[in-house]
Amino acid sequence: MAIQTQGLRKEYGNKVAVRNLALCVPRGSIFGFLGPNGAGKSTSIKMLLGLVSPTSGEAFVLGKPAGDVETRRKIGFLPEHFRFYDWLTPAELLRLHGRLCGMPAARLRERIPEMLDLVGLTPHKDKRIRAFSKGMMQRIGLAQALIHEPEIVFLDEPTSGLDPMGRRLVRDVIRTQNKWGATVFLNSHLLSEVEITCDNVAFLKDGEVVASKELRAMGTEEEVHVTAHVRNLSDEAISALAPWATGASLEGEYLTASARSGDGLPEILRHLVRSGADVYSFTAEKASLEDLFMRIMGEDRGL
Amino acid sequence: MGCWVMAGITFREAARKKILWTALIAGLGFLALFGLAMHFQIEDFDSHGTAPFIRYQILSAMLMIGLYVVDLLAVLMTIFTSVDTISGEISSGTIHAIATKPLPRWQIFAGKWIGFAAMIAGFVVLTFGGTVAVAYAMGRVLPEHPIHGGVLVFLECLLTLTITFLFGTWFSTLTNGVIVIGLHGLAFMGGWLEQMSGFTESARLVAVGVATSLVMPSESIWRRAAFEMQTPLAGSLPFSPFANVSIPSPTMIGYAGSYLLIALFIGICHFQRRDL
Repeated sequence: MAIQTQGLRKEYGNKVAVRNLALCVPRGSIFGFLGPNGAGKSTSIKMLLGLVSPTSGEAFVLGKPAGDVETRRKIGFLPEHFRFYDWLTPAELLRLHGRLCGMPAARLRERIPEMLDLVGLTPHKDKRIRAFSKGMMQRIGLAQALIHEPEIVFLDEPTSGLDPMGRRLVRDVIRTQNKWGATVFLNSHLLSEVEITCDNVAFLKDGEVVASKELRAMGTEEEVHVTAHVRNLSDEAISALAPWATGASLEGEYLTASARSGDGLPEILRHLVRSGADVYSFTAEKASLEDLFMRIMGEDRGL
Repeated sequence: MGCWVMAGITFREAARKKILWTALIAGLGFLALFGLAMHFQIEDFDSHGTAPFIRYQILSAMLMIGLYVVDLLAVLMTIFTSVDTISGEISSGTIHAIATKPLPRWQIFAGKWIGFAAMIAGFVVLTFGGTVAVAYAMGRVLPEHPIHGGVLVFLECLLTLTITFLFGTWFSTLTNGVIVIGLHGLAFMGGWLEQMSGFTESARLVAVGVATSLVMPSESIWRRAAFEMQTPLAGSLPFSPFANVSIPSPTMIGYAGSYLLIALFIGICHFQRRDL
């Protein structure tokens, strides 16, 4: 396991930031950590990185207790509220972070131009960071997190403040790192980004993991929304959909239902036709991560 | 290794943010002013035909005043340049990307401390050494023990630096500044109370003065430095920052040194354990 926690808890005075965090992140996976504001995501990441001490519980990163100094050599981190020494140029900042990671000077000389190129900052390499836009800051932050070729990368809101090109770049970088075998721990509010990037997700609510999903399996095995344009559909035929779908209801000529899995779709269509209904259209959409998120968190939870 | 990287980046930050150059210009400005004052005084002595003994004593007193200002400047420079380094990086979150690198937190603290100590050493060498050099070149006067004096002034700055770092691990930049300046005010007041007690022979004033020196021994270090450097005439002035009325003992300097080391240790331990 890349990350394993048990009963991890953090209290700040009377406030419980993280209640009972139990996580298992497999090595080599892209893991999405989701939850509304104040759910305890950043505190959890800080505990995994050793920036914050847990009140109780255990956390292991790459098999060593969280915060272990030597293990940090294999960890990259892009903080949510990234602030760097803005009086440096991007190349100088990367050199500083590389040196702090113990990288030899010769390797750094090769690696710095590579990283600047990767995040698209080569044309700005001589500018001071204080002149950078938020998106450029995010890019240099990503480069400093990856300069030492870490085995696990923690990215706290890596796409906030980025334009669509920047988001795509982050997505590509995440995939490339993952292809090389790195584990990526992604904390993001942009569920569509998470959906297309991550292998697994965990939903955090009030400091606890309330659900976890394997996103790659969200195909035929996951719930699917069905909408059908039908005429002459009897109430009995609607009730008889129960073995394959839940929440079936007819409004005018439109039937909506939630199929338990993609495998049940042919059965539903067959049943409708056999019951004597005239089917004019039949559409099926798998539940998006956002639907799942809203259902788990409740509609009243703002992001 | 990480310690030296942090020391280097601290030094570089001061250079990039023009702190080094501003301090250099301020130091050179002070030396120019001191040199000008010495020049005018020597011209006046020459025109009045002042006796060599009086001339020597007055120029020595001028040198002591100059060194007193150097001490004050160096301490203030120490506070103003270092007050934001720990607390500011914690509150802005800059520390997050650094503290997650493979170096123990104590190396971040110690590296920054070494970087500032080196800068302050440079400032003390420039201003203290410059003042002594200007006084010798123009008026042929030297402090009694200039090396002892210079080392003690540097020790006072290091003590101030350590206290500023220590409280920076607990409080915001503004609160930290208020605390450190407040402690210096306390020590300054205590020093004068001790001087007065020598004149009024009040044991209770001595007790108050000693107690404040124990709380913050920075002023005691200066008074010891002044004692080491001054001429007998300057030392005999009853109310001055150089008076020989109440001289801190070598034990007090040892106490100040231990105070510094303990403050450094507590600061490192707290920074090592606190949530960032």
